Amino acid sequence: MLIIKDLHAKVEGKEILRGINLTINAGEVHAIMGPNGSGKSTLANVLAGNTSFEVTKGEVTFNGRDLLAMPADVRAKEGLFLSFQYPVEIPGVSMINFLKTAVNESRKYHQLKELSAGDFLKLMREKKELVQIDSQLTNRSVNEGFSGGEKKKNEIFQMAMLEPKLAILDETDSGLDIDALRIVANGVNLLKRPENATIVVTHYQRLLDYIVPDVVHVLYKGQIVKTAGKDLVLELEEKGYDWIKKELGE
Amino acid sequence: MNENRSFETAEARLGQLYQDNKEQIGKGFPAFMQHEREKALAAFLRMGIPDRKTENYKYTDLTKLFENDSFDRAFQPTSFDFDMREVFTCDVPEFDTHLLFHVNGWYYPGNQTTDFPKGMIICSLKQAMMQYPDLVASHYGRMADSESDPIVALNSLFAIDGIFLYIPDNVLIEKPIQVINLLRSEEDLYVTQRNLVVVGKNARVKLMFCDHTLSIHSYIANYLTEVHLLEDAVADIYGTQNQHNGTAHLNGLFIRQERNSGLITNTISLHGGITRNNILVDFAGENAEAGLYGLSLTDRDQLNDNFISVNHNQPGCRSNQIYKNVLDDNSSGGFTGRIHVMPGAKKTEAYQRNNSVLLTKAARMNTKPQLVIDNDDVKCSHGATVGQINEEALFYLQTRGIPEKEARLMLMFAFAHEVLANIRVEPLRQSIDRLINKRLRGEVSRCHNCKLECIR
Ligand SMILES: Nc1ncnc2c1ncn2[C@@H]1O[C@H](COP(=O)(O)OP(=O)(O)O)[C@@H](O)[C@H]1O
Ligand SMILES: [Mg+2]
Repeated sequence: MLIIKDLHAKVEGKEILRGINLTINAGEVHAIMGPNGSGKSTLANVLAGNTSFEVTKGEVTFNGRDLLAMPADVRAKEGLFLSFQYPVEIPGVSMINFLKTAVNESRKYHQLKELSAGDFLKLMREKKELVQIDSQLTNRSVNEGFSGGEKKKNEIFQMAMLEPKLAILDETDSGLDIDALRIVANGVNLLKRPENATIVVTHYQRLLDYIVPDVVHVLYKGQIVKTAGKDLVLELEEKGYDWIKKELGE
Repeated sequence: MNENRSFETAEARLGQLYQDNKEQIGKGFPAFMQHEREKALAAFLRMGIPDRKTENYKYTDLTKLFENDSFDRAFQPTSFDFDMREVFTCDVPEFDTHLLFHVNGWYYPGNQTTDFPKGMIICSLKQAMMQYPDLVASHYGRMADSESDPIVALNSLFAIDGIFLYIPDNVLIEKPIQVINLLRSEEDLYVTQRNLVVVGKNARVKLMFCDHTLSIHSYIANYLTEVHLLEDAVADIYGTQNQHNGTAHLNGLFIRQERNSGLITNTISLHGGITRNNILVDFAGENAEAGLYGLSLTDRDQLNDNFISVNHNQPGCRSNQIYKNVLDDNSSGGFTGRIHVMPGAKKTEAYQRNNSVLLTKAARMNTKPQLVIDNDDVKCSHGATVGQINEEALFYLQTRGIPEKEARLMLMFAFAHEVLANIRVEPLRQSIDRLINKRLRGEVSRCHNCKLECIR
């Protein structure tokens, strides 16, 4: 589904990603772990099409197509979804208008008829239940005045509405209490399909108790320095990132 | 008329123009008007045409505009040899209003005024002067002071016509009154329009002014509206300014509010070459409230300059100014927000904000708060931002499948929303929403199906 080859990216002249290689197949859940500042969010942003990061080398194919050649909105409509580490507040843009535009832009792209107001509200109600998001939140502006937890739930709610093929969850667990964490994880699991894939970016193992990964990668200083099965999560939990650093001879 | 004379200054030329046409201008007016005009003439000659050195006109230099002597001026009504409803139809069919017209500043004689409540007066200013001289005299010139502003003085000097609106005590006018000001001429034209609105005690009215150009000629439009809100009166005053780039619109809205009165003004500047709005609220009684809102969209070489003043002369009054500008291309904008709280005006609440978005590097915005607060029992705030479209928000929307262009529009619209939300007439709000959407999309946002192609 996603093939990343030797991906390098810069921001403000500084190289953050320094040769990432990663292959993700349909049906898989990959965890990307690593200490703060190692480039996890940068990778997520580059994949989602954030133009403030400059790709200097490498290629990415998504379902056989050149991902890097697509603008961000086309990547989304091709089925890529990013749950932001820090979702943006957008005063004045109502949740409803935002979601309706998003859903219908995607339907237009796939040559489907736009949803009627009634069908849209029905879809929204269904998905709201799935992530147990407070009804009031969808009457507000996008993320405006939402608590940290509400923002994260809102990301998963949007994911549920858009039904992506590949979801990248960037630290979706941070700032969540255990109940919210369970709800979010449950939502992700319910949305899991054999033809879809998920990348869970986190630096705690907590979320991975609920969303069990098939493959775990450690990203460090812009490179994937270790790849293993889910047991790596426990090992990291036990030994900490210093162990990786030591292994790398630092 | 003045072909053979040359003048040192535009001021002298205009002064002479008045002297030469004094008879015609003053014909039929009560005596007090003569006095008003003499006062205005002296004030105008003293202050002169505003240039960049004029403190209150820092962002709008009008000297060039007034140097041009080619503008025709009419001291007699435009001939109305056409049916207004054929020339102009408002394309908001569900928007049910009392519809009234001005053409080139003259009150259209075909205006229908039969379905208003008894006791209400709605007629041309000139007619009101002749028919109700005492009533008019007790309000005229009280809100707009010729001594304070040369453009006001100029208006008072040449004022002949406009609308007079008197709403008796305790009368509620449910349906909005829509005043459409059209400019339509065969040559470049200078237009003076003077309106006077008196809202009686505990009366309620919603007024809307729509300013348009219907022919390609250049215009200087000096419109001035005085509004007097008596005790407990409530008024909504909306304006949509949609004129071509060859128009300089010098617009004044001067309001005096008595005790417990409530006001909302919302000035939507959609299009125009030079648009200057002088808006002044004077609180003359306790516990009055005023919300002053405005949105300006400019592109190309347009200039929009909003000069807002609120005088808190009395205790317990509340005012809130929110003005927003979206500036594209090479356009520029100005905002001056004045709040003056007098020593006796305890428990004043006065807020002010100006937010601007620059869509290009060439667009410029000047914003300046002027707060004079002469007592300490006040809640006051002011703020101004000049920024670009929020790139993070833009990216967020795009990652949900919304194309960049659409996402930009959503954000600009969101920016405007706060101002539009304060339009309390729902069909009007919706129609303005639509106009703004079109305008932001770069489509021609004529809100009417006029027969004449005047966009340039
Ligand atoms: N917009 C930016 N401008 C400058 N530096 C940035 C920017 N975004 C990220 N960085 C830098 O890139 C590095 C990686 O950051 P990030 O990808 O957020 O790490 P992680 O998500 O793994 O904690 C950090 O050193 C961070 O300071
Ligand atoms: Mg991060």
